[in-house]
Amino acid sequence: MSAVEETRRSATLAEPSLWSRLKSNRNWLAIWFMLPAALFLLLFLAWPLLLGIWLSFTDARLARPGNFIGLENYEWLWDDSIFWLSVFNTLLYTIVASIIKFAVGLYLALLLNRHMPFKAIIRSVVLIPFIVPTVLSAIAFWWIYDSQFSIISWSLRQMGLIQQNINFLGDGNWARASLIFANIWRGVPFVAITLLAGLQTVSPSLYEAATLDGATAWQRFRYVTYPLLTPIIAVVMTFSVLFTFTDFQLIWAMTRGGPVNATHLMATLSYQRGILSGRLGEGAAIATAMIPFLLAAIMISWFGLQRRKWQHGEGND
Amino acid sequence: MASVQIRDVRKSFGAVEILHGVSVPIEDGEFVVLVGPSGCGKSTLLRLLAGLENITSGTISIGGRVVNHVHPKERDIAMVFQNYALYPHMTVAKNMGFSLMLRGASKSEIQQRVQRAASILGLEKLLERYPRQLSGGQRQRVAMGRAIVREPQVFLVDEPLSNLDAKLRVAMRTEMKELHQRLKTTTVYVTHDQIEAMTMADKIVVMHDGVIEQMGAPLDLYDRPVNQFVAGFIGSPAMNFLNGKIRANGSAYVETASGDKLPLKTLPSGMEGQEIVYGIRPEHFELGEGGLSADVVVVEPTGSETQIVARIGDQEVIAIFRERQSVKPGDKISLRPRADVAHLFAKDSGKRI
Repeated sequence: MSAVEETRRSATLAEPSLWSRLKSNRNWLAIWFMLPAALFLLLFLAWPLLLGIWLSFTDARLARPGNFIGLENYEWLWDDSIFWLSVFNTLLYTIVASIIKFAVGLYLALLLNRHMPFKAIIRSVVLIPFIVPTVLSAIAFWWIYDSQFSIISWSLRQMGLIQQNINFLGDGNWARASLIFANIWRGVPFVAITLLAGLQTVSPSLYEAATLDGATAWQRFRYVTYPLLTPIIAVVMTFSVLFTFTDFQLIWAMTRGGPVNATHLMATLSYQRGILSGRLGEGAAIATAMIPFLLAAIMISWFGLQRRKWQHGEGND
Repeated sequence: MASVQIRDVRKSFGAVEILHGVSVPIEDGEFVVLVGPSGCGKSTLLRLLAGLENITSGTISIGGRVVNHVHPKERDIAMVFQNYALYPHMTVAKNMGFSLMLRGASKSEIQQRVQRAASILGLEKLLERYPRQLSGGQRQRVAMGRAIVREPQVFLVDEPLSNLDAKLRVAMRTEMKELHQRLKTTTVYVTHDQIEAMTMADKIVVMHDGVIEQMGAPLDLYDRPVNQFVAGFIGSPAMNFLNGKIRANGSAYVETASGDKLPLKTLPSGMEGQEIVYGIRPEHFELGEGGLSADVVVVEPTGSETQIVARIGDQEVIAIFRERQSVKPGDKISLRPRADVAHLFAKDSGKRI
């Protein structure tokens, strides 16, 4: 009796084939949908990256496939003072520019978050530096910093503050400062607009509650705005640091790393060694050396993002 | 605790005047409810009291001190917001102690006062949670707790129950009233829900289009509304209004367009033949012979009472009976309005006669 029942049940509920299970299983379905995008990313992001890292272990030159030479490129770089100068420049460029971009961007965002006439127009004007192509703005800055025709030098001279033109891009420290300023000018809109978006998600009644609780304007910022903004600050600053660290266009268009390598960043140095001098392996090694720094930046913001318990958990734990 | 005087307060936003000269005296320890339909200016009045908006003209004084130009934090008031406005990044304890922390109170004092407020509201076990981890009712209580901790002169409460479900709303209503009886802090409470107003208030202020329609004890407003707006706003289901003309033919009555006769206790002098609005509350109908003949449209039994929607001539009325009624839609019934509790309102101005 029971045996009969067994057979009948197995007859009606035939085991579905592996293929049809893979087709209908929800977890597998997600994989099917992700596959095209994943392939695309693997082909155009992961593969070149791996190729670059592989290249850094070879002595490849332009038009000549290299042989595996182990860490020789890195050993070479370790003793190369220009490489270390470029690391110093990159860190200086990134840290100074990011801090100032954050401060100015936050200030602008707070300003734009207020009620004021022509708010919409002012907000879009703020975006302009972000919209202009980098090379175009670099050329504009090139003129602004020109050793003969600089408008800044001219204005200061007219005011009688200086006697001679400032050699903005010809002097090492002036060149660094000038490039950092240009980078800040380009980067502030991104920070400001993103933080503004974050500010607008803060309910106005929180400020009213804080006002009634006796908070001054500074205390409202310190205890309400800033902590509520930290998640978006973490995201926007991660991006800002990554963009600044890997900056190439602005430098290349304005100074090409000069004068005397004073403004060489790792990215420009890598291009110069790898493409212009044709030493692909060495260029790849410089580029690969950027990875640990970038990973560190990502990790910092990742852990920064994780700690905020109040954002998570609808549930009662 | 303090008394509050609102004298001839006006408020305009640009060219639009929202409050047209409002005066409300509030005694020390009183529970005053501002009630009215949305857009009547009740929330604006509360924000003026809090100092979140500036008064256009008039005076507001708290505890005898005119506060027109006093900064919100100097007014010694606490406000409970409609959306609670809890700081999402602070624990319950931090939320409640925030104002004390800003005032520079010592850690032990903050802890002590937060504990006391938490025990009043039953929040002891939730002190280390974040607002996200709380239910609606718990958040509401934390918002109350934040106000209590400060021991302010006046509580301002803005529609605190409108985000809660119906059952919780009733429970919190009782809880808030009990809290007021315990703390006896002057409270100004804004709501659009007339039931909340009726059940909680010492004094109700009915507002409409930026003016005060009527001010008084809940049952006074219920029994003697000064105009048709208050009559229709206070009480649920709302009062029935029937249009008709006053007649005196032996006894006084109001005759509707369809010829039905609505009984009157006395004839208002010199009003004979005039157009009038006859107001009668749903519970003031009786079933029985000699009434108005009505067609039953809908029957709604709630268990404790039965609501009947019926049509008299071309006008619809609602009647409520404590007894269970065995009528069906389509039935003909005879409704008898109680003449002693009927209200008369002028047709044009809506004023009580």
